[in-house]
Amino acid sequence: MKALRAARMERCIGCHSCSLACARQVHSFLSWNKSGIRIASSGGLSTGFEAKLCLACKPAPCAQACPTGSLAQRRDGGVIQKKNLCIRCGECAKACPVDAIFLDHQVNPYVCIHCGRCVEFCPHDCLEMEELPKTPKDKGDSDD
Amino acid sequence: MIRDYFRIMKVDLTTGKASLLERPGRDQYLGGTGLAAMLFEEFGHMDRDWDDPEQPLIFTIGPLTGYYPLMSKTCCAFRSPYHNQYAESYAGGKSALSLRFADLDALVVVGKAARLSALCVGSRRVETRDVDYMRGFDALRTGRIVRKLFPGSGRRSILRIGPAGENLSAYACINVDTYRHFGRLGGGTVMGSKNLKAICILGDRGFDLPEGKAYSDLYKDIFKQLTTTEMMSKYHGLGTAVNINPLNELKSLPWKNLQQTSSPLADNISGERFAKDTLLRSAACAGCPVGCIHVGFVREQFQANNQYLYRQVSYDYEPIFACGGMLEITEAPQVLRLLDVIEKEGLDVMSTGVALAWATEALEEGVISRDETMVDLTWGNVDAYMQGSELISRPPNEFYRLLAQGAMKCAQKFGGADFACVLGQEMAGYATGEVFFVSEALGFRHSHLDSGGYAYDQKYEDKNVTRALDFLVNDGRERIVLNCMVACLFSRGVYKDELMAQAMEAVGYGALNDSLSAIGDRVQRLRWRLRLGMGYDPAKVVIPKRYTEVTTWKGPIDPEYLEALRTGYAARIMEMGAPLPETEE
Repeated sequence: MKALRAARMERCIGCHSCSLACARQVHSFLSWNKSGIRIASSGGLSTGFEAKLCLACKPAPCAQACPTGSLAQRRDGGVIQKKNLCIRCGECAKACPVDAIFLDHQVNPYVCIHCGRCVEFCPHDCLEMEELPKTPKDKGDSDD
Repeated sequence: MIRDYFRIMKVDLTTGKASLLERPGRDQYLGGTGLAAMLFEEFGHMDRDWDDPEQPLIFTIGPLTGYYPLMSKTCCAFRSPYHNQYAESYAGGKSALSLRFADLDALVVVGKAARLSALCVGSRRVETRDVDYMRGFDALRTGRIVRKLFPGSGRRSILRIGPAGENLSAYACINVDTYRHFGRLGGGTVMGSKNLKAICILGDRGFDLPEGKAYSDLYKDIFKQLTTTEMMSKYHGLGTAVNINPLNELKSLPWKNLQQTSSPLADNISGERFAKDTLLRSAACAGCPVGCIHVGFVREQFQANNQYLYRQVSYDYEPIFACGGMLEITEAPQVLRLLDVIEKEGLDVMSTGVALAWATEALEEGVISRDETMVDLTWGNVDAYMQGSELISRPPNEFYRLLAQGAMKCAQKFGGADFACVLGQEMAGYATGEVFFVSEALGFRHSHLDSGGYAYDQKYEDKNVTRALDFLVNDGRERIVLNCMVACLFSRGVYKDELMAQAMEAVGYGALNDSLSAIGDRVQRLRWRLRLGMGYDPAKVVIPKRYTEVTTWKGPIDPEYLEALRTGYAARIMEMGAPLPETEE
């Protein structure tokens, strides 16, 4: 099981192609917010960029905070999202330690599902899919 | 948002009130430059000067902005303080996507704030704030403070002016997100006259995309084309600065106030040299994977005992031509030091460099004295040019007040008009020949991007006036269609007619494909009508003597060919800008 990593953000040019790709391909939106990865300048353009992105926690605080099981633990790290279970309480975003969950104005959460479909749209190869340490099957929830 | 009408936010700084307007016209004007001209017709005043508070400052995007790569620029339109006529300037940064995600096709600012103010707009927000404490702040410091006033890092755009805009220099620019600019013809001056220090655009909405895979597949295809073509590798690699060496070899690089068209020293400020000695990193406009923004660094020792500071300064071909070659500053880090000052003052870098080049020659020739210039404006004297730039921005005497209105205005008072390198405004960096000189001198924006006159000069050696004029008009019209989309013009080799039609089709604008050429024609005529209606007379445009003294790779300039092009193009402009027949009204 792999996770998306913003491994080389010092190369980032701030084009937002990754965010636009996620919103377009995963969520069918034109947006740079409704995306599992969001780019911010770290204090103005002269200081470079940072990616707001799920770190694939295990256990994931957002899944633990979710009261309805809309976000559930992914076996080796990160979460599986079932949008139809979401009551839009926003607790997941509050629980995330790295501000990786975006809430739109209707409190719909957007979080990386580690599908990797944004990777090929980064012109500077900032992103990569990394194999996560395997969790023994009896110790975690399965997503497959 | 795909829609067949325009959604416009109009903010009145006098009353502090905003209104949201819907206007038909997508099928007539498309967006961008067409929409801006349409809005100027509605909100602008032909019979009032540029600084009348009711004159609008207009920002527009196009139908495809954000939907495809490199559909990433914004058109800014206003009545210019430089010539008191209708004008436009373009910039990228995050401005275009921020407007898209603020759900606005256009932002129109009218009125004048009682005190220096900052405006913030978003899809669910409009607010004006008193920022009088920022008076005199430079453009970079202003940006840092506005970032704190209106949070939204990464997904907002901050437009602001420096002291030059507040002091109404006729070529004050609007700085966009630190490294991009609505540079030419005084958009920043218009903000200054409105007491508007900054505009923050929050891109805080998202939109549903068309169903099915067609759009997503096409996006991917265009993305691949744009990131793999040779042309893009040029902008991505050395950036536009790559042009220094080839133009120097072609004897087309303006040097020392166009006393020369090449120099053995040019290699010291070439794109290759900038990359090797100063390039820190690249950056991109939002929605563009090319990343043509090149940021160089200079470090400066400010105290003994190894105490250094460093500055990050963006560079491109035009700033290097204007503040390197034209002033014979031949070390890349020294050019960056000057660019940094001009950036902070919020001046248009091309006009500033070219105006200082004129002043240097005027001082050398004894047309003016040090009493006027106050500093030793001599070729290569970067410290003097840094001070000179600040004096243009904050004029202490009549000389600098006039120089801040344009080199030609200053020359008309003090003398030296023959060698003022002014083609409608301070020239762009292409001494390629007669067609370019006429194209910029008479062109709508007085920009090298109005049409590819510089490329025509390099392609044709003969002197076929009709063919050259046909090219200027037709190429200009094709570029207008791209400017209605507000595509980055670097992408014009990729977005050919067929691909553009596919792109429009995939997001639901396919019905407009048959009318794109007619829209180009309509907008071309409307823009000229606006310009002529404000007093522009292309037949009266004078091309300074200096341009007839130039030798390019083709040999000396041919004054007869130049004159035939000038009068011919003036006639074409009058034709394009002719009043509409009564029946159409």
